[in-house]
Amino acid sequence: MKPRGLLSRIALALGLVFLYVPIISMIVFSFNNSRLVTVWDAAHSPTLKWYGVLLHNEQILTAAWLSIRIALTAASAAVVLGTLAGVALARFGAYRGRMLLAGMVTAPIVMPEVITGLSLLLLFVALGQLIGWPKGVGAVTIALAHITFCMAYVTVVVQSRLAGFDESLEEAAMDLGARPLKVFFRITLPLILPAIASGWLLAFTLSWDDLVITQFVAGPGSSTLPMVVFSKVRFGVTPDVNALATILVLLVATGIAISSLWMRYQQRRRERDLQLAAAANL
Amino acid sequence: MAVRLSQAMGRRLIAAVPTLWLLVLFLIPFLIVFRISFSEVRLAIPPYTPLLSWHHGAPHIEVHWSAYSFLFTDPMYVSSYLYSLKVAAVSTLCCLLIGYPMAYAIARASTATRPLLLMLIVLPFWTSFLLRVYAWIGLLNNNGVINNVLLSLGVIHHPLALLQTDFAVYIGIVYSYLPFMILPLYANLEKHDPALLEAAADLGARPWRAFLAVTLPQSLPGIAAGSLLVFIPAVGEYVIPTLLGRPDQLMIGRVLSDEFFENRDWPVASAVAILILLLLIVPIMLFQRVERRQLEAAQ
Amino acid sequence: MSSQATPAAPPAPASGPDSAYVRIRDVSKKFGGITAVDHVSLDIRRGEIFCLLGGSGSGKTTLLRMLAGFETPTAGTIEIDGQDLSRVPPYERPVNMMFQSYALFPHMSVERNVAFGLEQEHLGRDAIRRQVGEILEIVKMSGYGARKPHQLSGGQRQRVALARALVKRPKLLLLDEPLAALDRKLREHTQFELLNIQQRLGVTFIVVTHDQEEAMTLGTRLGVMNRGCIVQVGTPSDIYESPASRFVADFIGSVNMFEGQVYANGADGLCIRSADLGCTVRAERAAGCPRGATVWAAIRPEKIQIARAAAGTAAAPAENLVAGTVREIAYMGDTSIYLVRLDSGSMLRVTLPNVLRGAEGPIAREERVWLSWHGSSPVVLTE
Repeated sequence: MKPRGLLSRIALALGLVFLYVPIISMIVFSFNNSRLVTVWDAAHSPTLKWYGVLLHNEQILTAAWLSIRIALTAASAAVVLGTLAGVALARFGAYRGRMLLAGMVTAPIVMPEVITGLSLLLLFVALGQLIGWPKGVGAVTIALAHITFCMAYVTVVVQSRLAGFDESLEEAAMDLGARPLKVFFRITLPLILPAIASGWLLAFTLSWDDLVITQFVAGPGSSTLPMVVFSKVRFGVTPDVNALATILVLLVATGIAISSLWMRYQQRRRERDLQLAAAANL
Repeated sequence: MAVRLSQAMGRRLIAAVPTLWLLVLFLIPFLIVFRISFSEVRLAIPPYTPLLSWHHGAPHIEVHWSAYSFLFTDPMYVSSYLYSLKVAAVSTLCCLLIGYPMAYAIARASTATRPLLLMLIVLPFWTSFLLRVYAWIGLLNNNGVINNVLLSLGVIHHPLALLQTDFAVYIGIVYSYLPFMILPLYANLEKHDPALLEAAADLGARPWRAFLAVTLPQSLPGIAAGSLLVFIPAVGEYVIPTLLGRPDQLMIGRVLSDEFFENRDWPVASAVAILILLLLIVPIMLFQRVERRQLEAAQ
Repeated sequence: MSSQATPAAPPAPASGPDSAYVRIRDVSKKFGGITAVDHVSLDIRRGEIFCLLGGSGSGKTTLLRMLAGFETPTAGTIEIDGQDLSRVPPYERPVNMMFQSYALFPHMSVERNVAFGLEQEHLGRDAIRRQVGEILEIVKMSGYGARKPHQLSGGQRQRVALARALVKRPKLLLLDEPLAALDRKLREHTQFELLNIQQRLGVTFIVVTHDQEEAMTLGTRLGVMNRGCIVQVGTPSDIYESPASRFVADFIGSVNMFEGQVYANGADGLCIRSADLGCTVRAERAAGCPRGATVWAAIRPEKIQIARAAAGTAAAPAENLVAGTVREIAYMGDTSIYLVRLDSGSMLRVTLPNVLRGAEGPIAREERVWLSWHGSSPVVLTE
């Protein structure tokens, strides 16, 4: 038993090093003075120079603002659509059309992004010819595309949360006199709220991060942050991207740290409650 | 009766909204791709021949196979198709070999440290995918971190060409998709009953035998889910080979994008999309089955 | 809606004991091609505890869900207190249910859980608080109102679920396996408490269970279900002592059953010759079977005496008397179970109470014994 446990632990440690070395090197070099991204200029580093450059880069700031607006829209709409789909799949039994929805809803998750992007652009072109809308591609078409692939993830999260809950909870509410709409808002929604929240975060991140699909459905003047970054790094490394990466990593790390502290607090409370319940058994 | 009716209407509405959305923004677009793949390119708006045309007042369906025959006759396409398969398969295998012991170690860790370890695995996923791939440019460059370290240690005397190689693509894919392998594996391994290994040991199996006979077969669903989650997107990968890979050997996702944006050949781009899907249809259906089983097990 | 606010039914049945309060008429339910409930008709009286007893897949839960309104009958009607409810949605029925899983809302406190049903009737806040307080008092859960369900033990959750279902004073309370989630010690205690509360409030109960012990102690009457049909309705002792079919005899308790032919039927009962048993069975309380008919004689294991020597050899050719060899003895504490191989080769099960502590010379394995029973014990079954 021992040697194998040791072996897998060494593998875990090495794997974590592998996962974090690139991120740490980005952070370190974001404080490097040299234009040559990978050569450490010991004389003048560390410096916050590239953070200043980044914050004065009009193009990046505009793109980041557009990305934030699209991600907010896409995540919020995807949460609504994904919750409806999750409820339908988990609670409506074997209704007609369930197979269709179930098949379509998970497909965008596994579909290669180039195909999703191409097909959506071709749809927008065809719609533009057929009904005159959309007039062209841009922020609106990007948002529509993002909603479509984000809702798939929300559906999966909501559906599996609902599957973990006994349907008799909703039946009990109905039995006690609550009408279906009231049952949804008083019982179902509060129960799946954590899933909806994590679905929203997931959708926001995916939308914020997407490059390939966005490239297809974006137009001139609607460059998102990943598009700007991609065009920058494709033709050479630029140190201000390191600064951008550092800021993003810090934001995410803080968010995750706060949420895991919160989860630990919840966990402690649950354990205390369980002891209370056990004591009541006497 | 009226109440029942309105309830049924409400349900229908709830199911109809997402279904309609996906019909319009997922299924129909896909059918459009399918249909354009049977057209010929032309200099017009839109840049392809219509499927339905009118000859002397009668409808006439035009099906062109030229996009497909073009793909099969030009060796560039065939080789990029096979190359994508190879890259995806090798990367998946590497992910499995690296991810399995990691997932195993996390599943075996104490309950106190497990959430921390899982968070460490997931955290990179929440940071930008693009920036994480970009980070490897800085590491693999001729004057990048790895070469600098090796040179200063005296291991090598000339910088190694690491960037723009197959190796760089493997690194990039394994790096980006490793969490997708580890998480399903962990979810599976965590549920294993340690008493089974004890029973195997009790019956005289040495640790390695017990692992091969008990743990490994039980973790097959996790292996399947993780491998498919890596393999499927890896086949159509665009960003990683573009930033890290060889300029002389494109992957199929890049071919599709180039056909569309550079050559403006919509029928060929569509045909490439259909061929990628044909390649992935079996893995995708397998994946959906694994997922459905897991969801049912949860219920 | 107003029907839900009906005040508590009076403890004593107002109408005659035989008049049906819940009237189930020819109800069937099909799911696709499968018939879950098959032409069931049933009358349930006001104030009684009626137990639907059956194995899994017998249709008992489907029948209960139709009473609650979660399923609509494919055919037939359900009337409660003269009102046809077959197609009334669950939230408009004067019926409440206690779920097997209790289905307590995890995000609400005990108080909020219990108040939920009253809130749907738009009662005033004070009225709700008072009624919640009262019912929590009755189930002995006052003082736990602020707790969340996961802070309660299993027995406490059960009581909260009961309070939540009772607080609306339903005309009919449905209980789905009410004791299944409790451990053995707690079950017995809860069982009596449930009876107590039912008598106090006078609400009509319908209990669904697969556990015969639960059904026998709780129920004033039982309905045994099999494959979607009610196969027998009666008091617990009716069903145990006079089962109507081999299924019921076998399903409730354990039984020794032997096939045989009727060769005499007179005023003093039937005589059955059984090759399986190797003796003649005289069943005093049976009639109406023609000679030569194939029937089954069912004898409960506790109604058989066991002795080393044949008693009453004076009686004419061995009736209700058979010899065999003890093959197994299982000591259960209060009783012992003997498995006896008869000379005919069949096995017979006998249960004897262990009356004396450390009795001397108990019957041992492989001993030769005589088995006998009273003429009133055998039940003759034709189906």
